[in-house]
Amino acid sequence: MEITSSKFKHIGINSETNQTIVRPSITYWQDAWRRLRSNKAAIFSLILIAIFTLFAFVGPTMTEYDYKTNDYLSINQFPSSEHWFGTDELGRDLWERVWEGAKVSLFIGLMAALVQTTLGIIFGGIAGLFGGKVDMIIMRIVDILIAIPYMIVVIMIMVIMGSGIVPIIIALTITGWVDMARLVRGQILQLKNQEFILAARTLGASSGRLLFKHLLPNSLGVIIINLTMSIPRAIFSEAFLSFIGIGIKPPMTSWGQLANIGARAMRIAPYQLLIPGIFISLTMLALNILGDGLRDCLDPRLRK
Amino acid sequence: MSKYLLKRFLISILTIWILITIVFFLVRLLPGDPFISDKVTPEIAKNMLKYYGLDKPMHEQYIVFMKNLLRGDLGYSLRYKGRTVNQIVIDAFPRSADLGIRALIFAVIAGLMLGIIAALNQNKNWDKLSMLIAILGISVPSFIVGALLQYFFAVKLGWLPAAQWKGFAYTIMPSFALGLGTLALVARLMRASMLEVVNQDYIKTAKAKGLNQAQITWKYQIRNAILPVVTVLGPTVAYLTTGTFVVEQIFAIPGLGRHYVISIQNLDYSLTLGLTIFFGSFLVLMNFVVDIVYGIVDPRIRL
Repeated sequence: MEITSSKFKHIGINSETNQTIVRPSITYWQDAWRRLRSNKAAIFSLILIAIFTLFAFVGPTMTEYDYKTNDYLSINQFPSSEHWFGTDELGRDLWERVWEGAKVSLFIGLMAALVQTTLGIIFGGIAGLFGGKVDMIIMRIVDILIAIPYMIVVIMIMVIMGSGIVPIIIALTITGWVDMARLVRGQILQLKNQEFILAARTLGASSGRLLFKHLLPNSLGVIIINLTMSIPRAIFSEAFLSFIGIGIKPPMTSWGQLANIGARAMRIAPYQLLIPGIFISLTMLALNILGDGLRDCLDPRLRK
Repeated sequence: MSKYLLKRFLISILTIWILITIVFFLVRLLPGDPFISDKVTPEIAKNMLKYYGLDKPMHEQYIVFMKNLLRGDLGYSLRYKGRTVNQIVIDAFPRSADLGIRALIFAVIAGLMLGIIAALNQNKNWDKLSMLIAILGISVPSFIVGALLQYFFAVKLGWLPAAQWKGFAYTIMPSFALGLGTLALVARLMRASMLEVVNQDYIKTAKAKGLNQAQITWKYQIRNAILPVVTVLGPTVAYLTTGTFVVEQIFAIPGLGRHYVISIQNLDYSLTLGLTIFFGSFLVLMNFVVDIVYGIVDPRIRL
């Protein structure tokens, strides 16, 4: 078969339309959200955490009891329509205590993670951006802190400062910032030599502007992933400390402390361990799944 | 390689020294006094302080302590009359190590199996089930697992003894509770590592040679995929063999972790300090050893 020029038609160039992009362009964050939305487990986790947070505030107002009033006439009662989650060894309503505990546990998790992240960004950012001696000093400190078993340091600090929310956050932060610092430093070293940074430098951008306008926003995905992962770690650490009796002291409560009391009453009232145990586990599970989901949608290395 | 080793070794020593110094002074900042109680008169308490050398200025105590430490002497426990910290460590460490090794064996074998099953059935139901178990293992804290196991298998069913450390039946639940987190970690790493190896050229070569799938999986895939898993085992080995605080507490096992928690509650300065030094040095040393082992196993990373 012969191909003749009559089979072709000249359609010309339309200079107006040939530059238009057919598909709508989407930003990094829109794309990330689109990916996250299609991950059912991650979305479900997000909703679950939202519900727990909501109930931490609304839950305690739903019954007539409060979390610290003892009632010796109704101790160790199983869950019923009277006491939805039962009562503990002093007759305190467990529904109230679980949600009070949620407030404390979630707050500690979030705050510890935020403070760790901030410190990590500051030190990691400085180390990565300035390099040289500053970098070496910060990284040696990081090396040493990583080598020291973190639970030992946390326990020592807790014992010295006494129990309470603030000491826990401080204890977790002192050891916790190093991971983030390492991560941020690594990111910045990677980005530092790219063209857009060179361009910004040539235009006379200050170090601060470089860090906050260019380097950090480009590392934000990795930072968010690590932040999400450090919340369950902090919640676990708080629960652990309260479980061995040096975390949150009564009448204040947290999930770890409830589990501690529950473990003691296990033989006669297993629900006292089961309920806080389920809440700790579900929260950790949801945050871990969410973290995994965020990693899949924010980490560019996994893009196909 | 030797330059790298020397550098790592010096950093390890420095880390241990800093740890010892920090903990030495932190311990003395603890609120309360080890000898104050109703039965002890102020004079006796004073004599006790003098006996243990706690009335001297802090820097003198530090120098004495460091001198003794260099001879391997961790001093006397303040609470257990007449027992040295060395004795307590010698008594307790084998139990913790025993528990830790059991947990480790369980975690590594089960974790590798889960990871391999998941990777070979990628995105199928077996994969999903394995990864569900893995993420549960990471999410459910060991003290919850331990307490629940105790409730169901000891209190409810009466199949296993609830606590203490007297024979094989006593070791099952603590090992499981202690190992579950590591199991999950190993499983996830192994799966990721297997999936990475699957597309390598040497797997294609093996297929082209006509080897059957079982041989490829066993000889090429698993062997090569296991390497990254080795890296995380270092810190984990030390963490498991020194015993964790909570599992020993729940199951009333008189290991290092339990002594540690109790010594802090008792204000037993010298025991806390001695155990911290032991824990810390052991962990730092383990990381060092694993670095060397990893260099031997994988020549590519040798510096």
